[in-house]
Amino acid sequence: MNDAMSLGIHRLWKDMLLHVMHPQPGVRLLDVAGGTGDIAFRFMEYVRSQQERQQRRAARSMQTPSWEDISTNYTNEDVEESKESRAVVCDINKEMLKVGKEKADSMGISAGLSWVVGDAEELPFDDDQFDIYTIAFGIRNVTHIDQALQEALRVLKPGGRFMCLEFSKVTNPVLARLYDAYSFQMIPVLGEVIAGDWKSYQYLVESIRKFPDQEEFKGMIEDAGFYCVQYYNLTGGVVALHSGFKL
Amino acid sequence: MRSTIRKVTTMWLTVGKPLQRLNQRYGLTCTAVCVRQLHSSATQFTDSSYDGLYPGHIHTTPVQKALLAVGSGVAALQNPYRHDMVAVLGETTGHFALINLRDRMRNDPEGYAILTERPRIRLSTLDLNNMATLPDGSFGREYLRFLEDNHVTPDSRADVKFVDNEELAYVMQRYREVHDLLHTLLGMPTNMLGEVAVKWFEAAQTGLPMCTLGAVLGPLRLNARRLQSLFTSLGPWALKNGQQSRCVLSIFYERRWEQSVEDLRQELNIEPPPVTLSATKKGST
Repeated sequence: MNDAMSLGIHRLWKDMLLHVMHPQPGVRLLDVAGGTGDIAFRFMEYVRSQQERQQRRAARSMQTPSWEDISTNYTNEDVEESKESRAVVCDINKEMLKVGKEKADSMGISAGLSWVVGDAEELPFDDDQFDIYTIAFGIRNVTHIDQALQEALRVLKPGGRFMCLEFSKVTNPVLARLYDAYSFQMIPVLGEVIAGDWKSYQYLVESIRKFPDQEEFKGMIEDAGFYCVQYYNLTGGVVALHSGFKL
Repeated sequence: MRSTIRKVTTMWLTVGKPLQRLNQRYGLTCTAVCVRQLHSSATQFTDSSYDGLYPGHIHTTPVQKALLAVGSGVAALQNPYRHDMVAVLGETTGHFALINLRDRMRNDPEGYAILTERPRIRLSTLDLNNMATLPDGSFGREYLRFLEDNHVTPDSRADVKFVDNEELAYVMQRYREVHDLLHTLLGMPTNMLGEVAVKWFEAAQTGLPMCTLGAVLGPLRLNARRLQSLFTSLGPWALKNGQQSRCVLSIFYERRWEQSVEDLRQELNIEPPPVTLSATKKGST
């Protein structure tokens, strides 16, 4: 359904989120409202390839090891396991998590992933737990956005990063007209034809209009207590990637 | 809208609880009435707080209707078991045919009565026990037999959503609900051949583009033997009777359960089917 509505572009948006995030091995991620696990899977893939790159780099610099180097590395081999990254997927909807878990099992990426039911306004985690907090296309559906932002601040470690991918305002007026026409004419029709549900997709495009724009949302993130807040516009402002740090 | 319904229902429930306690002291029979009243007032609120010309109506622009027609057509062709897509196709393309049908109903005294009284054919409105006691060959008994043999229920018809006129929406709904009765009247089962035969009859009768499309594309899924049966005997019979019969939507079926099928056919000017088809397993072509 997402592929039909966004013509497959939603995959690029999520890839961009990971690219900006640039996570390194050993990092703990909390993906809120990430039910089917799209971000978590990309995270595990990214971290795995980063780890491979690091190992290759290390191997390249060890082409001609001395006897001393060999003996120290021999004892250090077991310690490599501690660099395992963990991702926790949290969603208020158990069914979405179930679908995500099945997807993970079929893709073979179950190690390092946890699936937790929880409300973004009241997360079931202790303070200072995670290095990165992401919420992709979920914060628009939260009733009290400022509460969700405060919870994000609470569960992040000092130095942790908050990242939010969400639909936003298109700045270019020509593109805005096209986007509005597509949203209101095409999306509910697609919802009816593919999913048999006009009303949910009508709600979807209306909720996008009601969500605050890039600057306003940046202000809300700063009010919650995050620093160095910035945003990147994707696809001309259709989607905005907001990022902030807990310092 | 959903939050107001929730608030109203909780309000009614808080009123209902002390009422129930009161009734427990004075007799259990009153509680049932109270609960039913609560339930009906809750549904009354849901029915009256709809956004449109009738419950279930969704406003659509001409562009959206065009897109829906194309999309539902493609979806229905890919998967003919998607009855909701067939329904949407009918609603978005049937405007002129519905006007024509509505005018025909208005010009018929019985049809006019239907348009004023708006009867609905649902399990809750049918008295199945009474119908089972009717003699064999009566319309009600044969209809019940048809429902049992083919494992169908009159409640599986989708509600009309995209027709922008309340009366035309009722005509569309009536057409859907009469479809099963038409099967009984024509003696056609719900397998592919029977459905195509009924579609040919309906296309000739109503002129709905969705029926015409179904009539043209339905035969593509039939095997050679059934195609032959369709083109030589069933098809011409269905077309001829569709054109010559009285408007089937103008019949107040709910008042004619006791009438015999033969009698009803004669009144409507429908010949009995040339071939007797039995209800076979669904899905076999």
